[in-house]
Amino acid sequence: MAFEIPKFPLDDLIDDGLDWLTEVLAGATKAVSAVAETGIDGIVGGLLFLPPWVVILAVAALAWWAAGRRVALFSAAGLAFLWNLRLWEPTVETFTLVLFSTAVAVVIGLPLGIWAALKERVYRVIMPVLDFMQTMPAFVYLIPAIPFFGLGPVSAAFATVIFSMPPAIRLTTLGIRQVPTDLIEAADAFGSTPSQKLFKVQLPVAVPTIMAGINQTIMLALSMVVIAAMIGAGGLGGEVWKAIQRLQAGDGFEAGIAIVVLAMILDRITQKVGSRARHGG
Amino acid sequence: MSDDRAVKIQVRDLSKVFSDAPGPALDLLKQGVDKAEIMERTGLAVGLNNVSFDLHEGEILVVMGLSGSGKSTLIRCVNRLIEPTSGSIRIDAEDITHVSRDDLLRLRRDKFGMVFQQFALFPHRTIQGNVEYGLEVQKVEPAERSKRARAAIEQVGLAGWESAYPNQLSGGMQQRAGLARALAVDADILLMDEAFSALDPLIRRDMQYELVALQKKLRKTILFISHDLDEALNIGDRIILMKDGAIVQSGTPEEILTQPATEYVERFVESVDISQVLTAEHACHRVRAVAYAADGPVTVLHKMKTENLDAILVVEPDLTLVGMVTADTAEQAHRDGVERIDAVMDASVPSCRSDEVLHNLIQRLAGLPVPLPVVDEAHKLLGVVSKGGLLEALTERGKN
Repeated sequence: MAFEIPKFPLDDLIDDGLDWLTEVLAGATKAVSAVAETGIDGIVGGLLFLPPWVVILAVAALAWWAAGRRVALFSAAGLAFLWNLRLWEPTVETFTLVLFSTAVAVVIGLPLGIWAALKERVYRVIMPVLDFMQTMPAFVYLIPAIPFFGLGPVSAAFATVIFSMPPAIRLTTLGIRQVPTDLIEAADAFGSTPSQKLFKVQLPVAVPTIMAGINQTIMLALSMVVIAAMIGAGGLGGEVWKAIQRLQAGDGFEAGIAIVVLAMILDRITQKVGSRARHGG
Repeated sequence: MSDDRAVKIQVRDLSKVFSDAPGPALDLLKQGVDKAEIMERTGLAVGLNNVSFDLHEGEILVVMGLSGSGKSTLIRCVNRLIEPTSGSIRIDAEDITHVSRDDLLRLRRDKFGMVFQQFALFPHRTIQGNVEYGLEVQKVEPAERSKRARAAIEQVGLAGWESAYPNQLSGGMQQRAGLARALAVDADILLMDEAFSALDPLIRRDMQYELVALQKKLRKTILFISHDLDEALNIGDRIILMKDGAIVQSGTPEEILTQPATEYVERFVESVDISQVLTAEHACHRVRAVAYAADGPVTVLHKMKTENLDAILVVEPDLTLVGMVTADTAEQAHRDGVERIDAVMDASVPSCRSDEVLHNLIQRLAGLPVPLPVVDEAHKLLGVVSKGGLLEALTERGKN
């Protein structure tokens, strides 16, 4: 086949690019890795140091404050059940990894979302990037995470942050853009500076939408943290992964159900916070 | 209209073309080409077409027009929520058309309070928080701003609702809050963009009266946008009628009603309840004869006979209305040897003020056998309104 069109070396280009990035960013990734690892290990260690019932009560109290009695009771019962299944340690690991990744995703995503909402040009650049990030199969992010951060929870957190950040950005942008024009006019008419307008009107009015974005980010983070068990994230995903390798359906479902329970707790609490903000009280 | 009060807002040759490259449209505007043709020739939308007017201190100017007439664009140009394309706006003689961003913020804070059609209250803030907004932006101390906000809330009759959220209030109450927010900053100028249009008709009426009552105390300079001529007539000291971004007519409510400048204005005016606008003065006729308080019965009877009257009004020499006598009473007084007619007259004669609208007189006249005397504020007799005079004024629309 003399006239065969040569393959476009996309894979090689990406590999070269990533290799280059790994080398250039080596110092930075090492530092980030160290900080993140210390942070994650510290939280996990702290939570495991406490007796489980203390943590369960604390989560229930938080749920009560944020979302009311029913969610608090459900959270307490759910976590107690996971404790009883002897899944306390992986639950804490997964929980920590989800919260850590979500926090990083929000810290990066919120300002990006605000920026995109206020600047049309930024919006036009960021939105296709988000589409790309969300449609790319989640597993793929795991591969470059390893040369950057090595096997373990930091790589998992990295992949999770990338995978779960889009809704935080997208819904922040949406929430700000959806603020009714007459509210913007009112803010302007009274002589607000751009930052007064942002912090006193646009962001507060957008809070319910932003909270919906954070809720989605948490859910995506949870699903990714499970997948990230393949690169040594441990936690409940690790239990599932072990069960797959040993074909133990019972263990697999136990861990799976634990993930579902954890998802429901996180979802109910954050949803309630969002809808409470919506009612302006 | 000449006015010796200071000019608060002066707008000259203001034009707005909605485009980044307004040049061609602007040239055509200068040549006097109208909005529709410019759209056809350049594809550009004209918002305002060479608008000029003065708004004096303490005056309420109502800008009227149908949707698309440019009235909302105009009010937004005045505080530059919309940037005008050409022309100038002076506030207190300061040209604000090209001031810097910082100066513009200062102007908006110091000079303007604005009220919006859909209230535009911040849903996440309480009424108190909403009313404090303008002061918060100006970095007024919390204690001071709370005090001033409370005063404004009280002024609009919302005391007790400070900690409610906007969605807990009815439309009328929300707009009171909107008005309080604009009053709290204590600016000289109130910009009211169809402020009462979203309210139901009864509430709208109430709000109009309350605004007029408040204005008597506050003496703000008010630019009020409306599409409702009844509203304009109710609250406006002067009215500007707009069509296709240009001013069609401006004048006092009466001038607009009685001398519509174009067919467009006339069509507007036709829909108005004229009895709410014309006053007793318009339907008033001179009296043919009066009796003086010191007249004797014979003199009075003579005056009545000459003019063929059944009753006659009694006045002091300075024309202050004091009463009324009928022919029968005068006759009886003559027989009884009474010297002065004011000894027997009916001193409780009803009367109306010259500025009372005809609508209020219809009922009162219906129950009266005689015409109703019209007096000025010093109770001096100006004339009478008869049933015939009232009907005539209503059918002639006050043009006589």
